[in-house]
Amino acid sequence: MESAWLLPDLDDPTTGGFWEACARGELVVQACGACGAWRMPPRPMCPSCQSTTTTWVPTSGRGRIWSFIVPHPPLLPAFAEKAPYNAIVVELEEDPSIRFAGNLVTHADGEIDEIDPATIAIGEPVRVVFHRIDDVVLPRWARA
Amino acid sequence: MVSIKDRTAVVGIGQTAFGKGLPGSELSLACEAIAAALADAGIAPSEVDGLASYTMEQNREVEVARNVGLGDITFFSQVGFGGGAGCGVVGQAAMAVATGQCRVAVAWRARKRAAKASRPWSQASARIADSWQWTRPFGIIRPVDEIAMLARRYMHEYGATRDHLANVAIAFRKHAARNPASTMGHKPLTRDDYMAARWISEPLCLFDNCLETDGALAIVITSVERARDLRHPPALVHAFAQGLPPQHQTMTNYFTDDPLRGPAWTAAKRMWERADVTPADVKVAQLYDAFSPLIPLSLEGYGFCERGEGAPFTDDGNIEWPNGRLPVNTSGGGMSEAYVHGFNLVLEGVRQIRGTSTSQVEGADVSLVTSGEGVPTSAVLFTRDR
Repeated sequence: MESAWLLPDLDDPTTGGFWEACARGELVVQACGACGAWRMPPRPMCPSCQSTTTTWVPTSGRGRIWSFIVPHPPLLPAFAEKAPYNAIVVELEEDPSIRFAGNLVTHADGEIDEIDPATIAIGEPVRVVFHRIDDVVLPRWARA
Repeated sequence: MVSIKDRTAVVGIGQTAFGKGLPGSELSLACEAIAAALADAGIAPSEVDGLASYTMEQNREVEVARNVGLGDITFFSQVGFGGGAGCGVVGQAAMAVATGQCRVAVAWRARKRAAKASRPWSQASARIADSWQWTRPFGIIRPVDEIAMLARRYMHEYGATRDHLANVAIAFRKHAARNPASTMGHKPLTRDDYMAARWISEPLCLFDNCLETDGALAIVITSVERARDLRHPPALVHAFAQGLPPQHQTMTNYFTDDPLRGPAWTAAKRMWERADVTPADVKVAQLYDAFSPLIPLSLEGYGFCERGEGAPFTDDGNIEWPNGRLPVNTSGGGMSEAYVHGFNLVLEGVRQIRGTSTSQVEGADVSLVTSGEGVPTSAVLFTRDR
């Protein structure tokens, strides 16, 4: 059922670079081309200096679990099949105000329902891994 | 500076039955509620010249106006962000009347939400181009998933527990039991029931969620001068504000410096600046309750307690009628009366000022209503005419 997964549009000019980097195995963050401030999620204008020039900056790909949930049905069919599964929000090691949603998995192609939710803790260190579904590569997270 | 303080009042309220699979279209429900509100006010439909509604409302102004028989409409506006819009439409109507853009304004919400296929998250498309692309591919799909993520963090930071969330669910069910219009009043809810309930999105269980309800509600707003000649004690629109804080992302507000300081804080700051009263003067509050954790967050945001103290605020029956420090959601709210995008909270806030709630707070001269926390929001303070 992974083909029925909810997936991002890869063609958006503002966010496409993030997903392209994932496909190369890199977790990047959008930075302002003028003042250098980082922002996540990506957007067209820097809220600090109003510049519309942007760059993609590589990150350490390491972070800590900021929060997590364990969804149960009713869910969309592709997700109901994996439920209960975990979903997490990770804060980036080098800048905890930069956060990414994801899933905690045992390895890049692990399932999102493999880790016992009772063992997941806020503050746990994690590192990014990448999992392909169709033409999309999603960042997921493994215990560091 | 022009102020709308005490210039307008809610003079009519109307609602349909609440339930699942109600007969009739959303349009007929809307018209029924609006006609009832006008009859309650004693104002003819032809006098209505202003309309305010939610952007998520499916019934457009043209349909409503030509069904209910409204007059020349000279003001119509909509407010976005789902359940954040409830007090927003009240405020839009009040501003329009106070500034002379219209004389009699109607605000309403109608929905047939009980059908599973009508739930917005179930209609998500496969390729996501907007801000949901940062969460939905990871299985954070439904509103309950989005709020559960904030709830877990809140519990971690402040030591809030499921017992606190149970306090919320149980209090509102008790209030619903006193309200014959509620859909859940006939089902008592114990702490054991709460703890044994199935998970929906851990750490939230079934009873942390609002209902899914068919129904419609409407209010009529006019000038305070006219309100004094009408049949019910007017509920003055004393202060109103909307709230959209810097860097906020609706529902999935995980990306700001301080995600637990939500839109309530922004709305509250401006509302209290505009008001002659303080949180200590509020006798009863209707706080938006799509999910139980929104109650401690709102208690903090609107200044009833310090940050992190919203959960223990719910202990010892503090939010329960009649003896609580601040009775909250005295009709049962979205969790136990009906979930009509928070508009039922507006009507209950008005009833408390009129003195006609089924859980009437004695001497309720200041009544707060808030809209969705976790989304760009709004809040209104109703006061009794002095």
